[in-house]
Amino acid sequence: MWKSWRTRIAMFLAVLGPGFITANVDNDAGGIYTYSQAGARWGYLPLWTLIPITIALILVQEMCSRMGAVSGKGLSDLIREEFGLRITFVVMALLVLVNLTNVMANFAGIASSLELFHVSRYISVPLGALGIWLLIVKGNYQSAEKIFLFACIFYVSYIISGILVKPNWTEAAIHSFRPVVMLDRDYIEMLIGMVGTTIAPWMQFYLQAAVVEKGITAKEYANSRVEVIFGCIVTDVVAFFIIVSCAGAIWANGPRDIHDATEAARGLLPFGQYAYLLFSAGLLNASVFAACILPLSTAYTVCEGLGFESGVDKRFHEAPIFYWLYTLLIVIGGAVVLLPGFPLVRMILFSQVINGVLLPIVLIFMILLANNRRIMQGWVNSRFYNFAAWITVIVMIGLSLALAGISVRSL
Amino acid sequence: MAESLLYFTELLGLPVLDVRGRRIGRVRDAALVPLIHPARIDRFLVGGGWAWLTIRYDQIASISLDGIRLSQENLTPYHSDEYMLRIGRDLLDQQIIDVNGRKVVRVTDVTFERRNFNGNGNGGNGHGGISEDPNCLYILEVDVGIRSIVRRLLQGVIPARWIRGLQRTIPPKSIRWEFCNIVEADPQRRLRLNISHEKLERIHPADLADIFEELGPAEREAIFESIDSEVAAEALSEIDPKMQASILESLEPEKAADIVEEMAPDEAADVLKGLEESTSEEILDEMEVAPESEVRELLEFKEDTAGGMMNTEYISLHEGATVEDALRALRGNEDQLESLNSLYLVDSEGRLTGTVPVARLFVAANGKFLKELAAETLISASVDEKQDDVTERFDKYNLLALPIVDEERRLTGVITADDIISVLRHK
Repeated sequence: MWKSWRTRIAMFLAVLGPGFITANVDNDAGGIYTYSQAGARWGYLPLWTLIPITIALILVQEMCSRMGAVSGKGLSDLIREEFGLRITFVVMALLVLVNLTNVMANFAGIASSLELFHVSRYISVPLGALGIWLLIVKGNYQSAEKIFLFACIFYVSYIISGILVKPNWTEAAIHSFRPVVMLDRDYIEMLIGMVGTTIAPWMQFYLQAAVVEKGITAKEYANSRVEVIFGCIVTDVVAFFIIVSCAGAIWANGPRDIHDATEAARGLLPFGQYAYLLFSAGLLNASVFAACILPLSTAYTVCEGLGFESGVDKRFHEAPIFYWLYTLLIVIGGAVVLLPGFPLVRMILFSQVINGVLLPIVLIFMILLANNRRIMQGWVNSRFYNFAAWITVIVMIGLSLALAGISVRSL
Repeated sequence: MAESLLYFTELLGLPVLDVRGRRIGRVRDAALVPLIHPARIDRFLVGGGWAWLTIRYDQIASISLDGIRLSQENLTPYHSDEYMLRIGRDLLDQQIIDVNGRKVVRVTDVTFERRNFNGNGNGGNGHGGISEDPNCLYILEVDVGIRSIVRRLLQGVIPARWIRGLQRTIPPKSIRWEFCNIVEADPQRRLRLNISHEKLERIHPADLADIFEELGPAEREAIFESIDSEVAAEALSEIDPKMQASILESLEPEKAADIVEEMAPDEAADVLKGLEESTSEEILDEMEVAPESEVRELLEFKEDTAGGMMNTEYISLHEGATVEDALRALRGNEDQLESLNSLYLVDSEGRLTGTVPVARLFVAANGKFLKELAAETLISASVDEKQDDVTERFDKYNLLALPIVDEERRLTGVITADDIISVLRHK
């Protein structure tokens, strides 16, 4: 009995990484802000969205990891092979734009969270950028993945700070299962924002590439699926605690809008130094984590899709485009945070617009690919799965286009 | 048109004109029939929608950027042809292996050379009569890199001649057609398309292993099925252990056994340990008796002990042997010479008594006893010694090879420095 459990755990650990990391990076600086704002402004009301969001996230992520395991190819590879160079190029160009603004947002997260610890952004951002760059260029992916997995542990800080705030658990529990729909513009915007930050295009590319990189095969796939589902659930548990702590700390004392995640952290101060510190440390960790993964994932995805040499095991002159893209994303993403008067908020709104265009394309391609028998052989979507996936995708498309529309108006 | 080159992107959409210069349709794809000719475009597919026509290469008078002129109009409707390698469908945007550059690349465009074909009477320039343009296309290169990407993105957006002017500023990156190896997972289609993997067999196994790691599982298995077992074995031992297992599991047990037989026994044992027991048993059953028993013996040892690391390929001689005997033994074991450092001396019970560095044989007289050439101190390890201790011993005594003995001090195997390097690297 013990032995069979031990082998089971060992087999799970062997595939641990891709799904778990992807899902956790999903709670990046932008995500934390969105959840904080939701909690601070609406209290426990938005909690009900987390269960449907988790299900949608699982559906989408599962397709990606399955495609990676069965085909042994990345999502951008498959898009290139099935839909041609032009479409791939457009998708890649949009992806670079969206991810660049995400990188900016996360460097802004690094800057503002460290400012809570009285570190100037003119020190934190350049050092952070250099560290991130070196980690990948001088290290290798296997060791980086271990560091990333370790970073996932720090998301626990949100759970602890959520508990320290002593929110109203009964209300939190009720609202987790009771959908509240209000025809209030701000409320609907908030809901769309939550869905939009949770399911993002880059995740699909990263997850599939990571599954391939890890050499997970169709045979081991059952374990990999458990890992993906587990990762998605953990993500939304963290999201739950972020909302709950902001609801308990800020909303309970008077609902209000907050303007960035550090404001949420300060709102936790009355509940003790620890709640505040943990929340800020969590933000720092999430920002650094996402600022590591996003540029790397972007460089990989673009180079694979367009057929350039890629990989951290190659030298600079062997894969120049890969390294330049990676370096530029970090340099630009970090530099704009240091530019006084850079319109970062406008950039993020702009990126949500592009996101609204890109996500539907990627999701539709994914379903088409996951149903392609030549690629997936016996592992194509089942009819029920397709039904669920299409509904998810159509809802996602509606929501992300709506978010894009709202963002266009506020631009 | 001065330049004799034509790109596939330019060919696509080119108008096709009949004998009287009326337009029939546009080029939709072009195909090789590799069993007939490895590089000549044999068929052009013309039309739109469902009704495509096929033009044979010998029905064409001329090909230029302005269009394709026919010399003969008996065109047949296109129906899927298993013997065709269609450039647009089967080659463009797919992965192929660059045998010369030893890597997997993705095809962005294909460069043709326009040449005249004067084969069977009805071809040639005589029929069209209007232009001097050649009438046949031969694949020259497969294009990868930025130049071909720009070409493809702009094709149809701005005139082809402008693109040609523009792309001159970008350095080309192409692979000659002879060095391209197409990857096809379906064995029947591989036969019909005359695809062999012989070119791959010339690539160094370590490079070949890198190529395998870049391919998808289906393609990887297809190549393993068809290449020479010895090459496959060498490449397999360089591949990441997890992938080794999935490759062997996907092959037929007989083919897997052929490959495992060709591997060094210690590597074979390591690979088989990574498999599920039923699979490795199946493979062992298919193996020849001699290698099978050697591998089975090695399988008994724990992986992190000297026994699990050692190799059973070594040359041992009786302690009374002379240099002449040693040379004779070497001649009988030519396959081991590449990495041989030492010979081992044993007594009549098989117990290890000495180690002779091979280089000492060259400076010794033929009749000399090997015992006199043996290393001054005899360093060995026992089969159950821990991996870390073995590694330490290599470091301490600066060894290239270490003989391994069993409880009765009988020689059972050898650990070489390359085993130690891979142990250290995987830590």
